[in-house]
Amino acid sequence: MTLKIHQDHSRFKQIVRGKIKANLRKYVQKGEMIGKKGKDAISIPIPFIDIPRFKYGHKEQGGVGQGEGEVGQQLGPGAVEPGEGHQAGQGEGDHALEVDVTLEELAQILGEELSLPNIERRHNEKIVTQKIRYTGINTTGPESLRHFKRTFKQALRRQIAAGTYDPARPVIIPTREDRRYRSYKLQDLPETNAVIIYMMDVSGSMGDEQKEIVRIESFWLDTWLRHQYKGLEARYIIHDAVAREVDRDTFFHTRESGGTMISSAYKLCRDIILADYPKSAWNIYPFHFSDGDNWSADDTRQCIEMLRNDVLPNVNQFAYGQVESPYGSGQFIKDLREAVGDTPNVALSEIADKDAIYASIKDFLGKGR
Amino acid sequence: MPKSLTPRLAALRDEIHGYAKEFGLDFFDTVFEMVSYDEMNMVAAYGGFPTRYPHWRWGMEYEQLAKGYEYGLSKIYELVINNDPCYAYLMESNPEVDQKLVMAHVYGHCDFFKNNFSFRHTNRRMIDEMANHATRVRRWVDKIGVEKVEDFIDRTLSLENLIDQHSPHIRRNPDPRRAEDELKANERVEGFKVGREYMRGYINPSEFLDSQRKKVEDEKQRAKKFPERPQRDVLLFLLEEAPLEPWESDILAILREEAHYFAPQGQTKIMNEGWASYWHSTIMTRRALRDDEIIDYADHHSGTMGTRPGAINPYKLGIELWRDIEERWNKGRFGKEWDECDDLRARRSWDKKSGAGREKIFEVRKHYNDITFIDTFLTPEFAMEQKLFVYGFNDKRNSWEILDREFRKVKSKLLQGLTNFGQPIIEVVDGNHENRGELLLAHKHDGQDLKGDYARETLKNLQSLWRRPVNIITRYDNKGVMLRFDGTTQTEKKVEL
Repeated sequence: MTLKIHQDHSRFKQIVRGKIKANLRKYVQKGEMIGKKGKDAISIPIPFIDIPRFKYGHKEQGGVGQGEGEVGQQLGPGAVEPGEGHQAGQGEGDHALEVDVTLEELAQILGEELSLPNIERRHNEKIVTQKIRYTGINTTGPESLRHFKRTFKQALRRQIAAGTYDPARPVIIPTREDRRYRSYKLQDLPETNAVIIYMMDVSGSMGDEQKEIVRIESFWLDTWLRHQYKGLEARYIIHDAVAREVDRDTFFHTRESGGTMISSAYKLCRDIILADYPKSAWNIYPFHFSDGDNWSADDTRQCIEMLRNDVLPNVNQFAYGQVESPYGSGQFIKDLREAVGDTPNVALSEIADKDAIYASIKDFLGKGR
Repeated sequence: MPKSLTPRLAALRDEIHGYAKEFGLDFFDTVFEMVSYDEMNMVAAYGGFPTRYPHWRWGMEYEQLAKGYEYGLSKIYELVINNDPCYAYLMESNPEVDQKLVMAHVYGHCDFFKNNFSFRHTNRRMIDEMANHATRVRRWVDKIGVEKVEDFIDRTLSLENLIDQHSPHIRRNPDPRRAEDELKANERVEGFKVGREYMRGYINPSEFLDSQRKKVEDEKQRAKKFPERPQRDVLLFLLEEAPLEPWESDILAILREEAHYFAPQGQTKIMNEGWASYWHSTIMTRRALRDDEIIDYADHHSGTMGTRPGAINPYKLGIELWRDIEERWNKGRFGKEWDECDDLRARRSWDKKSGAGREKIFEVRKHYNDITFIDTFLTPEFAMEQKLFVYGFNDKRNSWEILDREFRKVKSKLLQGLTNFGQPIIEVVDGNHENRGELLLAHKHDGQDLKGDYARETLKNLQSLWRRPVNIITRYDNKGVMLRFDGTTQTEKKVEL
């Protein structure tokens, strides 16, 4: 059955989508959205979707409330919620509307707005897993799968039909024939597997702002790649003079003070790929972020060698993002550009500040690899 | 689609109907329909009606309601339409005790709709009217295109609160003073009184008369204002004077009519919800409840009556005030003698056994609206008992806090929030401002500033209807300001008030 409202509802969703699209650049720069990420949806505050009116500012207005408390006592947070119903004519509300958008939809919008090409999968052969789905009811099965409700219903039905059901004493006794069991089917689930390996320089010269940029950037990269591949894994490596693998949380919140030896990270990255992600089965995306201030030219040479020989042949695309910091020389990206800049599966991007994130996402994902 | 009641519920309805009649409630025929939660959300999103013109904001409303329901945060119990017959919706999945409560509540609303003076001029066939509106708008959408129509509706909705809620009750007579002035002016043109007819040409030479006539004519021209007096119903003024396309006028008229239909419900929210709650409580606890339903009933009733510090719950305030009035008139706590008694003990044990409470509340439900209701019946004792307070925003601490519990301040804040629905009062002052066809509005400032960004956006929308530049005079930080939008740029200048 369709309701009339669904037309208005889809129109509303269309408008929301348009708003998000129009303001995408702003959302991309803002970090706070990431915190609102749920399992597969994210709520986005939409400005000005409510209709402007001549009205009082709510803070200006104040109001009358009811309850305990001394004069001067603060009302708890959330106590005053303008715009909630049940307030006879007491102002309408300043709250921005929060709209839930699925990550899938967000990725689509991102793709449309940045005109990102769909990724050409390197591996078309799919890994197939099988999954058990409980879809039906059967008259036989193990007791552990007995469907209590259906069994009861069946027994009730039989007793009523047989005339042995007594409403005054409603005792139902299921017999062997009444028993119902869940039955399952095996389903083939096609899976294309991809892994992102994030690497970040956490040496002293990478400040909070630089890390924030990486965090925002990684959110959008995740969103897009997740849209492109089902089953995306992520690994995190931090490094200063030495590299180690960490979990996501540590990745974004660690600050070290040491020097920078990028080769340590690339070495670990190589080892992870070799150990866990055979080229034949995985789409592999290393992303490295740094302020580009490597320890020595010698180390840089090592890095390039490792990239050429061990990393690039195995991955879909290697991406390096250089975040500008007041301390870094920014030499590394120049060296990379010179050495591997022409290689098709290398993406390099300089990210000056939050405004530049938008463009750099395009740098990274625009190649469609 | 809505279904009629099951035999079981129909029997319950008849039972409750009987109690309502027994207590003296007087209502239009009331039709109950069963709906699923989805339909309930739809009807609620449509402002209580089964059909409305197409617009995205119903969809937005629906999204929020549906989400609230799915997350188990909120649930709509009752929906009733002020119409003859009244329509009310029951949700299929609700337990029986809830259905009874809702029915009793609905009969309270229907009685109020039928009898309160605020609804005297509302269209009682509004369901049909709304459906007609929907058809008209859809027809324009087919002809003009959805984008254009929707855009126009958005702009008009932005002005929707600029109506005169009292206008249905006003019958305007021509201003007697103007007629007088006119008479006087005519006299002057006849020139001085002449005793002897042959002297006329000397006392009132024709050049003099001509110049006098011209002067009067000029004065009249200058005095002829447009509109004659400030017009609160800005939508009406636009409808009559703005250079609108036929389809635009039609839609504007529709939106204005709907805004006027909903206005009296806004004017009587506290009374109406309180009245309905008073009756569901009375009917349920005195008559309809079965023993095994009491816990559930008490749970749901107290849920509806719940308060939180930062808002007034009209159900709670209303029901308490009705009960207070009933008690006071039962015990004779009114009139000169009561007002003048300041012996606290005597007041507390005051009981004249007048027993006129029920009669009084029936009378009050007829002749009051929220403003006069609060103004007349909110007593200091009541405010204290209900723990009412004024809150405000403390900029230094960046939080809301309790400002005052003093009775007069509480009452005046409450009334302020109800005056013109807590919306600013804005009038059309001049439709030919500076003789350039510009529109001039004035905000009657009552101590609260307009929300600036909203005001500027609204001005843009107004301009798109008026086509010529629009201005509004208001005050910010106690200084007169004129905001202006000429179709391309926003400007602001100081004005003397």
